[in-house]
Amino acid sequence: MTPVTAPPLIDSDVLERVLSASLAKGGEMAEVFAEDRQISSAILDDRRIEELSSGRERGAGIRVVIGETTGFAHTADLTESGLLAAAEAAAGVARRGGGRTESVGLPARQSAPEHDFVLPSEVEKSAKLELLSRADDAARSAGAAITQVQVGYGDSRRRVLIASSEGMHAEDDQIRTRFNVSCVATGDTGMQTGFESIARTEGFEVFGRFAVEEIARIAATRALGKLDARPAPSGELPVVLAGGSGGILFHEACGHGLEADHIVKDASVYVGQIGEQVASALVTLVDDGTVGGEWGNYTVDDEGKAAARNVLIENGVLTDYLWDWLRARKEGRPSSGNGRRQSYQHLPMVRMTNTFLLAGKENPDELVAQTPKGVYVAKLGGGQVNTATGDFVFGTSEAYLIEDGKITSPLRDANLIGNGPEVLRRIDAVADDFAMMPGTCGKDGQSVPVGCGQATLRIGGITIGGTAA
Amino acid sequence: MSDLVALAERIVAKAKAGEEIEAYVARGHDIEVRAYDGEVESLSSATTGGIGVRVLVANGSEGARLGFAWAGSLDDEVVESAVDEARDNATFATPDPDVAFATPDGVSATELDLWDPSVADTATDEKVAIALELERRVRAADSRVRQVSSADYGDERVEVALASTTGIRSFTQRTAAFLSVSAIAGEGSDSHTGTGFSVARGFAGLDIDRAGVDAVERSTRMLGATKVPSDRLTVVFDRRVVSTLLSIISSALSGEAVVKGRSFFAGRMGEKVATGSFTLVDDPTDPRAFAAASHDAEGLACRRTVLIDSGTLAGFLYDTVSARRAGTSSTGSAVRGGYSGTPGAGCRALVLQPGHHDQQAILAVVGEGLYVQSVTGVHSGVNPVSGDFSVGVEGLMVRDGELAEPVREITVASTLQRMLQSVLHVGVDIEWLPGIAAGQTLAIGDMQLSGS
Repeated sequence: MTPVTAPPLIDSDVLERVLSASLAKGGEMAEVFAEDRQISSAILDDRRIEELSSGRERGAGIRVVIGETTGFAHTADLTESGLLAAAEAAAGVARRGGGRTESVGLPARQSAPEHDFVLPSEVEKSAKLELLSRADDAARSAGAAITQVQVGYGDSRRRVLIASSEGMHAEDDQIRTRFNVSCVATGDTGMQTGFESIARTEGFEVFGRFAVEEIARIAATRALGKLDARPAPSGELPVVLAGGSGGILFHEACGHGLEADHIVKDASVYVGQIGEQVASALVTLVDDGTVGGEWGNYTVDDEGKAAARNVLIENGVLTDYLWDWLRARKEGRPSSGNGRRQSYQHLPMVRMTNTFLLAGKENPDELVAQTPKGVYVAKLGGGQVNTATGDFVFGTSEAYLIEDGKITSPLRDANLIGNGPEVLRRIDAVADDFAMMPGTCGKDGQSVPVGCGQATLRIGGITIGGTAA
Repeated sequence: MSDLVALAERIVAKAKAGEEIEAYVARGHDIEVRAYDGEVESLSSATTGGIGVRVLVANGSEGARLGFAWAGSLDDEVVESAVDEARDNATFATPDPDVAFATPDGVSATELDLWDPSVADTATDEKVAIALELERRVRAADSRVRQVSSADYGDERVEVALASTTGIRSFTQRTAAFLSVSAIAGEGSDSHTGTGFSVARGFAGLDIDRAGVDAVERSTRMLGATKVPSDRLTVVFDRRVVSTLLSIISSALSGEAVVKGRSFFAGRMGEKVATGSFTLVDDPTDPRAFAAASHDAEGLACRRTVLIDSGTLAGFLYDTVSARRAGTSSTGSAVRGGYSGTPGAGCRALVLQPGHHDQQAILAVVGEGLYVQSVTGVHSGVNPVSGDFSVGVEGLMVRDGELAEPVREITVASTLQRMLQSVLHVGVDIEWLPGIAAGQTLAIGDMQLSGS
């Protein structure tokens, strides 16, 4: 284990000169975001180690804000001349201003925290590949009907540095590791798929805690189970979501709608609802970028603000939205540490980190037993929301019928559709078996890692988009 | 141009004995303007460049090992370390007799003019002005439009050079410009969104009216939408939705998915997989297609491939490796997601053989059913391996052959296999949309609507 220390991506005196130049045409705020990202990945497919890939991307994005307008330019050239050229392009929007002559002085840099993760670069490639083969074997031994297996490994180290004319001068060093298995099972009725993954903001040591064979077995079992699946029902039924089945319900039903960029543009159903009962009293929803090792974690966001625990809904009452610097400035309040960007080539915007529902008190088995007829969702796929209408969908990737309080037939994949505020009000039971799941969140063309979490819960009724009458 | 080709050739020249090298070098310039509330919300501009290097190391009779590395830079020193890294990665891959780079196959590339100088020549002020004008028009068009959440102008210029020790040399360049706008219409507590856009090779080809009118119509006509009871009915899909559907179906037509047993079309060549009116072609040599290209992502000439011919499964799309696995030759269908990705088989320009009616005529013939304006949850609800299909829907009921009341918070479901066998009408109304498939109205019978 090596302490993570490295020289800054850009020296303070260079940053000060670039920020001063960025403001010379009249900008009110200038910011440099520098990034150095190293990524490696490996894919085993069709029984072969098919692709080992390594990549590196370094660069900086410069933002100049004047009034309601942001100018942005980025460059892969981290020399002073490269940065000054980007600064000039970004400042181009600020032509109307008078310019300012005083120079920008930065405070001492807030260094990236030292952590004791096993860095991707310290691990032999052969050790990473061995995981793939072990998972492939485990998946194929789960059943003769497993006809195809793909295993993916990925790691990344992302060093970022943020400096702004408002006195921000911080860096972070983010280590991420992921592992995923996807299987195809073939039977008399055709093919079915199963997927399982882990994804952590940690190093290679995670494989001491997570057995790749178990990840593979879950993916294979999921595909095999659906070979006997019947079409999902069509229409409205009670739905029980298993603990850790995805938590994407909250990500879509309200998470996006609570992002302040949608709020300030009046493009969310949650505008003006602070202090109002927007969900069942069983719902306490938190967004927290500091939860040990979760996929959506960071120390500081991509604007340099420390990640925080933000309570969004407390006992069903809306308490706050999620904020980045730009939208918080408009409202005269601090950012909540949710300004994120995919890379130095993108402008930051309001994003979730790890968004989860706090656990309740019920027993998950009793919750199913108390449901005469419905659908039990063991694992969710992705989802999508229209924040302006609140309508959202989320897909199942492992689901069963509930008949007479018992989990019975497996169901083929389908989307569920609901309206955020309505569905949140219809949550009528929350159990005590909390678990998190990783995911990738896409918004306006940018993808970032996020976490979702929840205990087993029941929605009194939601529309299930199957084909069975 | 020449500097990118020269860089690709310099990389290839680093090959050692027993090695093949392929270099993909790309550079892009782009600009994006977002207007909001009469002001420029953001103006972004950038030049990006990067390389992707594949190294193939011969491994005797067992085949070859492949390694890949990429870098977001065109600097010589970065390039040097990428080659070393790709070479090192190759030592860990499984030797494979089917792994190979493309070799020139004698098919000559279609000359396409995909470069519109107006993208570079138009002043930034004009680009800002068109975004502001788009936003202004949409706000003014209808009193029920209560918000324009974004109005964007964007353009890009992309140049790609490819070279390999196996004789590949190609250079392609293309431009694109787009307008897109998202409107929110509201009445009381009821709100609905609608997007409109226009894409063209250059600034002059953009249709600001079209983008604005679409956003306004699509948002305002949804006002008052309700959830309707579940039903089994005929569904008429809007052109934009059909473009999305064809893109998904095409992933099951990728030779790579077929040869690895991940497609519901696997083993069905020559079988009747769709109704007789359904003929699906991938033709990247048609310059009207957004992703038209002279060369594929391995440097071979792009060509026209018939995939489904009058309902009969007729072809798959192959890159070099998937073709070798399948015992056939590449269809010039290698695609990749920029310099950080490796090639795979995929389509670029799908289009259906047009039928005889436009949307209005199809609605008239269908009589009763559901018109789908937009779908959600495509990635979570459509599975190109199993064929299961379930998507969230916004649209309007079709009554007496015309669009009637709006509906929301419903799904439509079937399987892709069954949908292809239930195609009732293919529209004549081809629209060249951004992405990899054209849009045409499509009517499909016997789908399940889930609602209240």
